[in-house]
Amino acid sequence: MAMKKSTGERIGITVLAWLVAFIIFFPILWTILTSFKSELDAISMPPKFLFFNWTLENYTEVQHRSNYLHYAWNSILLSIGANIVGLIFAIPAAWSMAFAPGKRTKDLLMWMLSTKMMPAVGVLVPLYLLFKNLGLLDSLFGIGLVLMLINLPLLIWMLYTYFKEIPNDILEAARMDGASLINEIVYVLTPMAVPGIASTMLLAIILSWNEAFWTLNLATSNAAPLTAFIASYSAPEGYFWAKLSAASTLAIAPILILGWFSQKQLVRGLTFGAVK
Amino acid sequence: MATQQTASAGRALVSPSVILLFIWMIVPLVMTLYFSTLRYSLLDPDNVGFVGLQNYTSFLTDPDFIAALINTLVLVVSVLIISVCGGILVALLMDQPVFGQNVLRLMVIAPFFVMPTVSALVWKNLLMNPDSGFFAWIAKSLGFQPIVWFTNWPMLSVIIVVSWEWLPFASLILLTALQSLDEEQKEAASLDGAGPFSYFGYIVLPHIARAITVVILIETIFLLSVFAEIYVTTSGGPGVATTNIPFLVYKQALLNFDVGSASAGGIIAVILANIVAFFLMRIIGRNLEG
Repeated sequence: MAMKKSTGERIGITVLAWLVAFIIFFPILWTILTSFKSELDAISMPPKFLFFNWTLENYTEVQHRSNYLHYAWNSILLSIGANIVGLIFAIPAAWSMAFAPGKRTKDLLMWMLSTKMMPAVGVLVPLYLLFKNLGLLDSLFGIGLVLMLINLPLLIWMLYTYFKEIPNDILEAARMDGASLINEIVYVLTPMAVPGIASTMLLAIILSWNEAFWTLNLATSNAAPLTAFIASYSAPEGYFWAKLSAASTLAIAPILILGWFSQKQLVRGLTFGAVK
Repeated sequence: MATQQTASAGRALVSPSVILLFIWMIVPLVMTLYFSTLRYSLLDPDNVGFVGLQNYTSFLTDPDFIAALINTLVLVVSVLIISVCGGILVALLMDQPVFGQNVLRLMVIAPFFVMPTVSALVWKNLLMNPDSGFFAWIAKSLGFQPIVWFTNWPMLSVIIVVSWEWLPFASLILLTALQSLDEEQKEAASLDGAGPFSYFGYIVLPHIARAITVVILIETIFLLSVFAEIYVTTSGGPGVATTNIPFLVYKQALLNFDVGSASAGGIIAVILANIVAFFLMRIIGRNLEG
């Protein structure tokens, strides 16, 4: 608060802030620590904090026993692939809304957003049956398609807000020089909007990576990403906490790092610009 | 300004996305609506017939549905209260100029990036397991009997896990809103001798009121469809203690193979979400004007 504070107060607030942050972060920290324990140390009571036999065994075991890399590769393919295809649709759409708006542009944007708000269970049944009949269940193509479609409104919306910040004059100058529309988008707009496109991609990748309704319901093994792989640890066949932790650490580490870079975009993207 | 030519180009470039989203949204929804009026079980696929609203009446009078509806509301409201109240406190704390502020912020936001299946299983096993979990150790150290979380307090356990996932989101959004409070206003308040509570009530709260509304609406939309956390921890049980509407629909469709009834449940979920979406869209729309 705005009031001048004594040193004591300041130290108190600092300690409190660190304590709160530590408690919130603790489950993640504990998972990372447990991933380096033997299975026996992982369930030991009282728990072992730092003084245990550190081992990398779980990380190699997870790969040997359950082919971790297969699922990780699926996660990478799905989250990046789906959103690259999404961008191919979203960039022209956002260009059109930002630089050639018509009377209905605003309604169209709002309508696109509203598709984001439809609960997935509302369409689970027909989609499951369609996928089953078309042989798309457990296929990378089918799941990628769904991930692409659920993120498309967000991609368009975020790109639109970034494109709006680019002065129209520059694009018009290119047009005067006789650049075709495709050239204008590919060579003029896209390079200028790289930061915006990158942050949009980042958020979309994070959301796809963690998507756990469709991936759990439509994938079983072939196309299953990490969300489904981790879910397989819920089977109550004994304690595999250290392996669960190693698999979890590997599954969340890349996205945690990406996420930390994209905090600002997260606010913009997830509130659809309603909070800046 | 848009010329004739760019306007038609604009329409051409936006239409692929519009068509895709239209198909994605309308076709399955119409199919759900259609299925919801049928007697249609995958176990007996030859015996399909029109039954009108019977699926709705049986779904709505099913005690499991009433339980799922109540569970959904309990889950949404509890997580909202915890994450918004907690989020305000955390945001106020993170807004203070403390040592290592940036690192603190990274630690606080981290849970939001953890995939739901990981959060749920880590909490269920590493933390809440009554024999070897971390909480059991704390309870024993303090001389209490460890709580058998997911057996005796299933809904509370799910609420705790989901709150942990959403508290960071609320904190981050509210912190962003807090940071846009200008220095002059802060100084004016301190010159007027405002105490911390009146400062919070008259300056801070009105300033972040809209951000709070946005957090509530967005979280509600996501919380109405919580699925993975329940799927990997309790499978809706014990009994139907943690079955919410998404899980009930999933159970009807993919475990009981009752397409008709599951579709009716899906439509009910859509109606519920639309009530919330209506208000959220109005706020976003108002912002788009400005």
